[in-house]
Amino acid sequence: MSAFHLVINDRTHEVDVSPDTPLLWVLRDKLNMTGTKYGCGMGLCGSCTVHLDGEAVRSCQTAISSVGSKKITTIEGLSADNSHPVQRAWIAEQVPQCGYCQPGQIMSAAALLAKTPKPSDDQIDSAMAGNLCRCGMYQRIRRAIHRAAGEGA
Amino acid sequence: MTINRRQFVVQGSIATAGLVIGVRFSPSTAFAQENEKGPKGKVVNPFDAYVHVKPDGKISLIVAKSEMGQGIKTGLAMILAEEAEVDFNTVSVEQAETRPDIYAHMGTGGSGSTMENFMPLRRAGATVRTLMITAAAQSWNVPAVECRAKKNAVVHEKSSRRASYGELVEAAVKLPLPDPETVHLKDDADFELIGHATPRVDIPSKVNGTAVFGLDVRVPEMLFAVVARCPTFGGKHAHYDATRAKAVPGVKSVFEIPALGRDMFTAGGVVVVADSTWAAMQGREALKITWDNGPAAGESTGTLHTSLHAGAGKPGKRIRNDGDVDAVLLNRAKRVEATYEFPFQAHATMEPMNITVHARSTEAEVWAPTQSPDWVQRTVAKVLDIKPEKVIVHTTLMGGAFGRRYMADYPAEGAQIAKVVGKPVQLVWSREDDMTHDFYRPAACHQMKGAVDSTPRPLAWSHTIASTSIEAYWHPEGGKPEASEVGGAEQMPYAIPNVRLEYNPVESAVPPLWWRSVEHSFNGFAVECFIDELAAAAGQDPVQFRKALLVKPANWKAKDDEDPDPARLLAVMELAAEKSGWGTALPKGSARGIATYHSFGSYIAEVAEVTVQGKNFKIDRMVAAIDCGKIVNPESVRAQAESAIIYGLSAALKNEITIKNGAVEQTNFDGYDPIRISEAPPIEVHLMNSTENPGGMGEPALPPAAPAVANAIFAACGQRVRKLPFQLRSA
Repeated sequence: MSAFHLVINDRTHEVDVSPDTPLLWVLRDKLNMTGTKYGCGMGLCGSCTVHLDGEAVRSCQTAISSVGSKKITTIEGLSADNSHPVQRAWIAEQVPQCGYCQPGQIMSAAALLAKTPKPSDDQIDSAMAGNLCRCGMYQRIRRAIHRAAGEGA
Repeated sequence: MTINRRQFVVQGSIATAGLVIGVRFSPSTAFAQENEKGPKGKVVNPFDAYVHVKPDGKISLIVAKSEMGQGIKTGLAMILAEEAEVDFNTVSVEQAETRPDIYAHMGTGGSGSTMENFMPLRRAGATVRTLMITAAAQSWNVPAVECRAKKNAVVHEKSSRRASYGELVEAAVKLPLPDPETVHLKDDADFELIGHATPRVDIPSKVNGTAVFGLDVRVPEMLFAVVARCPTFGGKHAHYDATRAKAVPGVKSVFEIPALGRDMFTAGGVVVVADSTWAAMQGREALKITWDNGPAAGESTGTLHTSLHAGAGKPGKRIRNDGDVDAVLLNRAKRVEATYEFPFQAHATMEPMNITVHARSTEAEVWAPTQSPDWVQRTVAKVLDIKPEKVIVHTTLMGGAFGRRYMADYPAEGAQIAKVVGKPVQLVWSREDDMTHDFYRPAACHQMKGAVDSTPRPLAWSHTIASTSIEAYWHPEGGKPEASEVGGAEQMPYAIPNVRLEYNPVESAVPPLWWRSVEHSFNGFAVECFIDELAAAAGQDPVQFRKALLVKPANWKAKDDEDPDPARLLAVMELAAEKSGWGTALPKGSARGIATYHSFGSYIAEVAEVTVQGKNFKIDRMVAAIDCGKIVNPESVRAQAESAIIYGLSAALKNEITIKNGAVEQTNFDGYDPIRISEAPPIEVHLMNSTENPGGMGEPALPPAAPAVANAIFAACGQRVRKLPFQLRSA
C-alpha cells in the first residue's frame, strides 16, 4: 500500500492503495465517486472514461501510480447542474436509455470537442468508437455532439 | 382468465419453491389483476399505491415497474398525471417499494408494462381526480359536475373558488372509492400528456453521474465480493487453496457456496470478500482451484450444430397444420428449401450483474438492479430462511436488462454471501463472469420448405424449429418445451393454404433465457426471410408478394393477442415501403430489403438499404414504420425502436456465443463486440396514428431488423444469408 495525492475535479484527495490499483476502483470504492462506471475492465467499452489533464483515458487501464500530478476530471466534475454544453446537448437529444455508458460517452465527447470544436462524422466515429452503448443510442450521440459543437462546447 | 403463453410472470410459491414460468395475464385481465389484492377483488387505493399527495401540495407519482432504459418511469407517470390532472412538471416520480400485497405484478418484461398498465393507471389517476373533485364540491357545497380539476387543484368557476390537491387530500382519502370500471375517464382528444413527446424524468441524473445503478449502491461498512465459478456449465470446484488469496491486501475472507438448483440456477463457487472490488478481484486471481467439470464437458458448438440440424431435420411436435403440406410438396415442381441457423446470444448488459445485500438476524435489506423485485424478495427470503415481508428490496436503476435481470441467480448468490458475511456486501460480477455465466438466447436451427405455383402463389409452407428450449430448462420433466420457442412462427400471417409448423427441443447444458424479443428474434428472421425466398422463386417484388398474402377476411377476429391483424401488418409495410422509396433506383451494388412483423402487440415493418462490395456490406439506412396502438410517449417509442434495431443488428452482424468443453469461449467485449458508433446505420422511425390498445415497444422493433438486412443483401448481390452472424461469400 502507498499513499497517493490526487487532484480530482479541482479537489485534492489522499488515498492509500496498492500502486497497481486502477484509477476506476479508487474513484468508485475508495472515494465513493460512482459516476465513473465499470463495464469491462479491459479498456474495451469506454464506460470508465475520465480526463487526465483534459485527455480522455480509460480509468480501468490507468494504474493509480501512473497518474502523478495530472488533474483528473470525472463526470461529476463536468458540472453538477448539467450546464456543460455536452450535458445540455445530451438532454436536448434525449440520448440516454439505461444511461450506464453515458458518463463515459459524455467524457469522450467533451474531450473530442475540446480539441475539435466542429468534428466531422468521421472524427466523431474515431473519437467515440471506443465507447459501447448496448442500448444503441449512437445516432442520438452523434446528433448531440453536433448540437454541442454548434453551441460552442 | 386468459393465460397467455407468450410472456412471463414469475409466480412463486415460496412454500414449495415451485415456479410457474411462461404465463402472463393478458392486457384485458390486467386491470382486474392490478386492482385486486388477492382473489377477493379488493380495490387498491390509488392514494396508497400510485399518487402520493402531501398536505403541503407536493405530489409523487409511484411507478411499480423497473426502469432499465425503456423510459417506463416517465411513461407510466404520464398516464397517472394525465387522468389525475396533476402538473407533470411539478411532480416527482418515484420507484415503488417492493410490496406484492399492493402491486400484484411487479415484474418488468415481455414489453408489457404499458400494455398492462395503460387502463389500470388511467383508472387510478381518474379515481384521484374524482375524489379530489368530490372533496372540493362537498366542502363548498356545490354540485361536483360544476367543478373541474386542473394542475393539482380543483376549481369552481361560478364562485371563483379554488383548492389545491394538498388542501383537499385529507378529505379526499376518507371518501369511498368510486367503481374503477365506471370512473370517468378523459376523452383521448383531451389528452395533454399521453401522445405528446415528453422529456424523460430519469435523463438529467444520467448525464452527471448521480443516477444510482446497482453497482453504485454504497452503504456504510459495506464489503465487496466476487465468486470464482466453474467455467463449464454444471461443473463445480473439486478443491481450492486460498492461501495466496487471503494474503492479498484488503481481502477479508474466502469461503465456498453451493450451487442452488432449479428456480435459482446458481453455479456455486468460491467467494472472495474484500474491502474493495479490486481487492476482491485480485484475491480471486490468486485462488488455486481444481475444477470438476461435470457431465457437460463434452459439449461444444460442433456437437450442438449436429444435434440442432438433426432436430430440424426430423418430424417434431406439431404446432400448426393447415391443409396437406406433404401432398403439395411432393407434387410441385417449384420447391424452395432453406435452413436457417442461430447461435447463442449473450445479453451483455453494460452494467454486469450485481446486488447488494445486508442480512440481519430476522430481516434483510437488498439493493437490486432487477426486473423482478418481488421474485428477488422471495428468493432472498428463501436463502436466508426468513419471511419475504421481512426483506426490503430497493429496486435500483439498471444498466441494461434485456431479460437477463429477470433472473434470481445473482440475488440468490448475494443472499448466500450476505448470510456468511453479516455486513452489507455487494456481489460484483466481472464482465467475464457476466459473459460466461449468462443465460443465453437459445441456439436454433430452422428447416423450411415451400412450394410456389405458376400463378404465382405459394401453396405450401413447412417449418421445423429445433432449439435449446427455455421451457425445457425450467421444466425438464414434461411441460411444453415449445412454449417460448414457436411464437411468431405459429402465427405466420401469410395466406398460404397448406402450412405446417413442428418443434423439437434439443438438449444442452447451456442455460437458455428470454433475450430481447425471445423467440421472435429467430422466428422473425426465418419467417420474413423465407417469405422473401418464396417471392424470389415466384419472380415477384417482395412488397407486392407479401401484399397479396396479407389478407384480412371480412369476419376476421384475433384468436388471442398474439394473433396478428393482417391489415395492420400490411399498413406498416406500405408505410415503410413508401418512406424508404421502395421501388426507386439505387446505385449499383445497393438494394433494399423489407420485413414486416408482429410481436408483443405491435406491428413493425422495416426496410434496410445496403451496399454490397465483394464479401463486405454496409447498412446505409434503416427505415421503420410502427403501429404500436395508442402511443403514450412518442419519444420513448422512437428511442426503443432505435435501440431494438441496433441490438438486433449486433446479433445479426457480429455476435455469437460459442461453446468449447462445455464452457463459453467469449469472455469480454473483444470476443463479443456489439455494434459501435462507426457501424451504426442511420435509423428513421415513422409512427402511425392508431386508436388500438397500446402494444409493447421494448422488443418488437428487433425481429424485423435482421431479415430486412438479409433480404436487402440478396436483392443487392443474389446471396441468401441463412446463418447468423452474417458472413458473405465472395461474389
